[in-house]
Amino acid sequence: MPGPIQSIQRAAEVLKLLAHGGAHQLSVGEIARALDLAKPTVHGILRTLHEVGFVEQEVEGGKYRLGAALFQIGTSYLDGNELRAKALNWSDTLAMRAREAVRIGVMHGKHVLVVHHVFRPDNSRQTLDTGALLPWHATALGKALVAFGEWPDRDLRRFTRHTLSPEDLHTAMNEVRDRDWAYDLHELVEGEASIAAPIRDRRGVVVGAVGISGPVERLCESPDQPPRLELVSYVREAARSVSRELGGLSW
Amino acid sequence: MSYIAAIDQGTTSSRCIVFDQSGGIVSVAQREHRQIFPKPGWVEHDATEIWTNVQSVVRDALAQASLSHADIAAFGITNQRETTVVWDKATGEPVHNAIVWQDTRTDTLIKSLGHEDKFRERAGLPLATYFSGPKLRWLLDNVDGLRARAERGEVLFGTMDTWLIWNLTGRHVTDVTNASRTMLMNLETLDWDPEMVSAMDVPLSMLPEIRSSSEVYGTYEGVPVASALGDQQAALFGQTCFAPGEGKCTYGTGAFLLINTGDKPVHSRNGLLTTVGYKIGDEPAAYALEGAIAVTGALVQWFRDKVGLISSAAEIETLARTVDDNGGAYFVPAFSGLFAPYWRSDARGVIAGLTGYISRGHLARAVLEASAWQTREVVDAMNADSGVDLTTLRVDGGMTANNLLMQFLADVLDVPVVRPIVAETTCLGAAYAAGLAVGYWPSADALKANWHKAAEWEPSMEPAARARGYRKWKKAVERTVGWMDEDDD
Repeated sequence: MPGPIQSIQRAAEVLKLLAHGGAHQLSVGEIARALDLAKPTVHGILRTLHEVGFVEQEVEGGKYRLGAALFQIGTSYLDGNELRAKALNWSDTLAMRAREAVRIGVMHGKHVLVVHHVFRPDNSRQTLDTGALLPWHATALGKALVAFGEWPDRDLRRFTRHTLSPEDLHTAMNEVRDRDWAYDLHELVEGEASIAAPIRDRRGVVVGAVGISGPVERLCESPDQPPRLELVSYVREAARSVSRELGGLSW
Repeated sequence: MSYIAAIDQGTTSSRCIVFDQSGGIVSVAQREHRQIFPKPGWVEHDATEIWTNVQSVVRDALAQASLSHADIAAFGITNQRETTVVWDKATGEPVHNAIVWQDTRTDTLIKSLGHEDKFRERAGLPLATYFSGPKLRWLLDNVDGLRARAERGEVLFGTMDTWLIWNLTGRHVTDVTNASRTMLMNLETLDWDPEMVSAMDVPLSMLPEIRSSSEVYGTYEGVPVASALGDQQAALFGQTCFAPGEGKCTYGTGAFLLINTGDKPVHSRNGLLTTVGYKIGDEPAAYALEGAIAVTGALVQWFRDKVGLISSAAEIETLARTVDDNGGAYFVPAFSGLFAPYWRSDARGVIAGLTGYISRGHLARAVLEASAWQTREVVDAMNADSGVDLTTLRVDGGMTANNLLMQFLADVLDVPVVRPIVAETTCLGAAYAAGLAVGYWPSADALKANWHKAAEWEPSMEPAARARGYRKWKKAVERTVGWMDEDDD
């Protein structure tokens, strides 16, 4: 068996160092000093990692941070069925408090895959839509997922006159990142609204989103106002509870 | 605002769930305990470890929600049934590990006690290894000096409810549902039956007092301990199956289908058990018919821990979805014999229909389908005994998170399968019974209003495919019986 490959070992050291820094970004020089390597060596490693998307720079020639591709690899092993099992109690509780249907979504290519659905608790006839795909840009679930991941698609279909344009969507996504929750208002279906918040694993990586949906009259104070804050707090609490569950023991 | 805390002392772990008045979950804490396997077929728990874990999960669940004991209106208890412990009255030390319900060490003793149906009329149960009375007898026969100490009144017997209530409040009591699983209680009188107690040869003085399922037994840290129900009865109560004909199936380590039969015990001609469903304070007891399946979730755990093809229980669905069907493979998990409706302790598990074509995906399917086919057999027996066909199956428990299984279940039963909005019905039932006892909820009817449908799976299988699958399943079951021989350990 051949020995370890030095350049892969060094690349791993670079990634660990960047991961350790968290939000703090590092320059080529800083990395070289920390790992006791020559600057050209580090530069070569970073250029290769940049090409595969494992590191990225805010500006050309600037400092480095971990890239989105790396997070996607890291998140891909959270099984959707596992997420449903862990989220079961909290999505039930959310449905009871909000009196609305609950869905949990994960990104699946360019769409949101519904991995769990809890009926609106009024015993009316409803159909389970676990396994359905939703457009990300016109749903709260999709916005809560994409705001913390990679923008999957620039070809954004308009479902209603309220579906956001790419420019408005950009602004909206910055708000989602700031507030840590998302909503849609008539954007997929006229008269319908949704609220969602991101679910994070123990590393803080967004691995799913949980949210409620229903008629605008129930979710919002008035048809052109953002959702009621009481409902938002229920959704965020559910997202936090599921996130806590993901960092805890297995069942 | 106050809350109810339910303690669920289960087979693999102890949990505490705090509920609010709408029946919503406020916090959950859980700790697993060791499964001790001294010999094939033997399963034990360390009762002291369990008591330590119960104290921890109560502390953790309160801390998670930033609550103190003053915020708790009552504790409710639900527990793994039939698991038997004997302890020293003076020191509180167990004299032996608890013998778990799955343990088959009393097999020979059972055979020596007589015909399978000897106590069926009085106890509602067939003579089988699962029940507590024979386990207690085994301890008296096998732990040095225990019988003499029992006769001197130095030791106490209990199922896990009794063990916890004794540690929490200092009282030596059990509830009717747990007592109905000992094979020592008379279903009509709801008291220890002198004839069965003497046939089992256990001293009456070491048995706890039998109380209702919903009353204040005592206090712990100033909080009333106000309910005790065996886990399956608690789930029946949590699903608010208060009217005769209403029932549920809980999918955990095993699966248990219970149907409320009202205030009279109904005796089964099809291998089901007659048991007490619940008793609220001074009200008459509600009885139930029970179909018990030993291995459902346990098969998925076995697949995870012993075969290692998956790393978590939920992943079995992912693996099963890599193929479209079972490829002709059927898995009958008769690990400790067959339960309802067969009650064959000489059976052992088989995987039938193996060919070179079978992949791990097919095996994962067969593992999940086993839970559904076993349910089908119990539902058939239940329909035959009650004379009325089940029209909907209410389900709960951890395995209801498995969509593939729930859809297949609807397919093979040919009725809709419905999950209520709180899947944790076992804990919810214990909380409901405790809350009723202390006036936290005004009446059972108020609890009904909390029940809502959270998911529903409609049958979509072709009748011919269903019939063919069921035929193959039955053939696979035939191949499990008679495996054990006289000289097997």
